[in-house]
Amino acid sequence: MSALTFTLKHRPDQRVDMSPLVCHQLKELALADIAALILQSGKRKLRVDELFTIDGSDTQNIVIKNSVDNLDFIGKELEGGSITIEGNAGAYLGFGMKAGKIKVSGNAELYAACEMKKGYLEIGGNAGDFLGAALPGNKMGMKGGTILVKGNVGERAGDHMRRGNILIEGNVGDYCGSRMTAGTIAVMGQTGRYLGYAMRRGTLLLWNQPQLSASFNDCGAHTLAFLPILFASFKSLNSKFSDASIAFNRVRRYAGDMSEIGRGEVLVRL
Amino acid sequence: MIINGVTIDATFAEAFPMKATRAIITAQNEKWAMISAQAMTGFATSVIACGCEAGIERTLSTDETPDGRPGVAIMIFAMGGKGLAKQLETRAGQCVLTSPTSALFAGIDSDIKIPLGKNLRYFGDGFQVAKVISGKRYWRIPVMDGEFLTEATTGQVSAVGGGNFLVLAESQPQALAACEAAIEEMRKIPNVIMPFPGGVVRSGSKVGSKYKSLNASTNDAFCPTLKGATKTDLSPEIESVMEIVIDGLTKEDIAKAMRVGIQAVCDLGAANGIKRISAGNYGGKLGPFHFHLQEIMA
Repeated sequence: MSALTFTLKHRPDQRVDMSPLVCHQLKELALADIAALILQSGKRKLRVDELFTIDGSDTQNIVIKNSVDNLDFIGKELEGGSITIEGNAGAYLGFGMKAGKIKVSGNAELYAACEMKKGYLEIGGNAGDFLGAALPGNKMGMKGGTILVKGNVGERAGDHMRRGNILIEGNVGDYCGSRMTAGTIAVMGQTGRYLGYAMRRGTLLLWNQPQLSASFNDCGAHTLAFLPILFASFKSLNSKFSDASIAFNRVRRYAGDMSEIGRGEVLVRL
Repeated sequence: MIINGVTIDATFAEAFPMKATRAIITAQNEKWAMISAQAMTGFATSVIACGCEAGIERTLSTDETPDGRPGVAIMIFAMGGKGLAKQLETRAGQCVLTSPTSALFAGIDSDIKIPLGKNLRYFGDGFQVAKVISGKRYWRIPVMDGEFLTEATTGQVSAVGGGNFLVLAESQPQALAACEAAIEEMRKIPNVIMPFPGGVVRSGSKVGSKYKSLNASTNDAFCPTLKGATKTDLSPEIESVMEIVIDGLTKEDIAKAMRVGIQAVCDLGAANGIKRISAGNYGGKLGPFHFHLQEIMA
């Protein structure tokens, strides 16, 4: 069976809510039924086949071709299977996803992996602000799974994050790990200002010395036994993170945010 | 049956169901992993009074351990799951947590999980850190030498305890030498431990006693000094009897260990004073697993 492929005919004028096109919702549907599904675009309702040409039949393996940055909610609450996006993705990519894999070759907009619960999300380009964060007003961001970003990430990555891994090969903007409750964010590039702002617990694992606020206290240099296990868990990823030569277990540990409960940590490679 | 001049009795060893677990202890080097493992498996020869039976299964190379450091696999057996969990936790807390540079990991997977470091984390007094890596939860507990890393849980499985055989020899040194040879071979078999000191027990027991408060007492039928004073099982030339007790994950594991152990004893043979191999047979009172010596050696 070949992958169920949606090829975008032209860039939509308004943003499109792509949440009906997820593997578990298409499972029992015939191609004609899928074509007749309604997508909300601004205040208009569009049939799927108005926007996309549809090929293939494997609903557990979806491909979206020519994707652009106003296709929102791709892979919303995905429960399994895989979605591959050729091009860019809009906001709320993988919103609340529960299982499965999403891969996007280009960039993703705001709130990618917002309140993600489990599964794997790979972004080949850059990600916008609030990666793996909670919706405004909510207290719990990403609760599990792994996000890999090969490019750079905007501000507030991992805001209110609760569990899981965010792996960033590039740079990250301001307020990375803000209000984190737990989990791990690893950044190979540079970090912005207000790193770990009001973080309670959790780990920010860095390759480069950050500019830390006064509410992070130096706990000295250490060899930590959990780091080799953490790096070993990245081995199967298609990423720099899987390269054994980038792994380390010797770090300088900063505890913070002391203006919060101070049980979080920033670990910087030595 | 006679092998190299050694008579294999037409009898069987009796074993009973137990609950078991395995844990992996790692450290900066093998020396300290072994020290920690020896402490954790100390005072654990018999469930009669120790609460559990425990032993070192084998040493692990750096590519076999979760954290890439030298390690040791230990196994603990107890009569029930509750007792096993209590023994594991107490021993992990007092013997591994305290041991310099150590880390502790699950060594067996099962649907039934028992706490390994799950409750030890409270030693961290609020400074402990949880990390979920590849679906497994680890605890990082700050200690004076750095950080104690432990997996939260390990698996509990059904197992078999009390497999055994007796080595009957013309002298005490010959019995011991034969048992040492057997243990050396048996330690190469996975999934088994020989929980007694050095793997050998010189005070095999029978079920019951003339004293009401005791449920086990000396196996007088195999005590050489009582040959003329009790209903003995020993012929006149036997001067010393030693026993090897085996706990294993399955009946097959125990049978395999018994086979290589008895073979090692028989390789020394009658020329080295080994006369008979027998087994602890209590008429079916002890347990449902029966290991017939002659079938094992066939």
